[in-house]
Amino acid sequence: MIQCRFDQGDNYAHGMAPMTKSELIEFIAARAELSKARAEMVVNCVFDAMTEALRNGEGVEIRGFGSLKARAHKSYQGRNPRTGKSVNVPPKLRPFFKVGKELKELVNASRSSGSIKDNGDET
Amino acid sequence: MELSFESMETPALTKAQLAELLFEQIGLNKRESKDMIDAFFDLIADSLVEGEDVRISGFGNFQIRTKAPRPGRNPRTGEAIPIEARRVATFHASHKLKDQIQGDTN
Repeated sequence: MIQCRFDQGDNYAHGMAPMTKSELIEFIAARAELSKARAEMVVNCVFDAMTEALRNGEGVEIRGFGSLKARAHKSYQGRNPRTGKSVNVPPKLRPFFKVGKELKELVNASRSSGSIKDNGDET
Repeated sequence: MELSFESMETPALTKAQLAELLFEQIGLNKRESKDMIDAFFDLIADSLVEGEDVRISGFGNFQIRTKAPRPGRNPRTGEAIPIEARRVATFHASHKLKDQIQGDTN
């Protein structure tokens, strides 16, 4: 039997369409029996609060899911890859996500379940 | 509000605080707010466990990556131990989030 690997019409590693913010809003609305407008407010409120926390130098810690933190990166001498010129890269704060223990285990455990092919495409 | 963070180096936003926010700003009751926050992270987690990435515009992408097996070492003893193939969840912040954290300096 021939299996068409490209029938999803995309190039996602696992052939699965991603969930977008608007789908998350729809799922929240359906599960909590809220209007879509209210569900959208909920979703925006949560992401805004997480952004605000990171901005204020706080972390976000969701048990079992993961934590977000702003990590400080030092300034360094970089190079413009096109011209080869040396440039000073200023210090910066970058968001960093550490996956929680429970989610980490669940994601890895689902590797063996039939629906997802393990293509071992990365190291 | 008196909260102790003695075990952490930085204070952190938690599910309890997010639920409080929904109670104050959206006008859900406390029970609904708490359930809503649980559902919120469960939905994202479920999607990842199903192998679907989660893309939140203006915030970032949660992605699933498949890692090939590779030889590893116990850093303490130097002993070689194989690292099995595994699936991991990663997060890539959007430019908007990066800029906001940076404080819009550029």
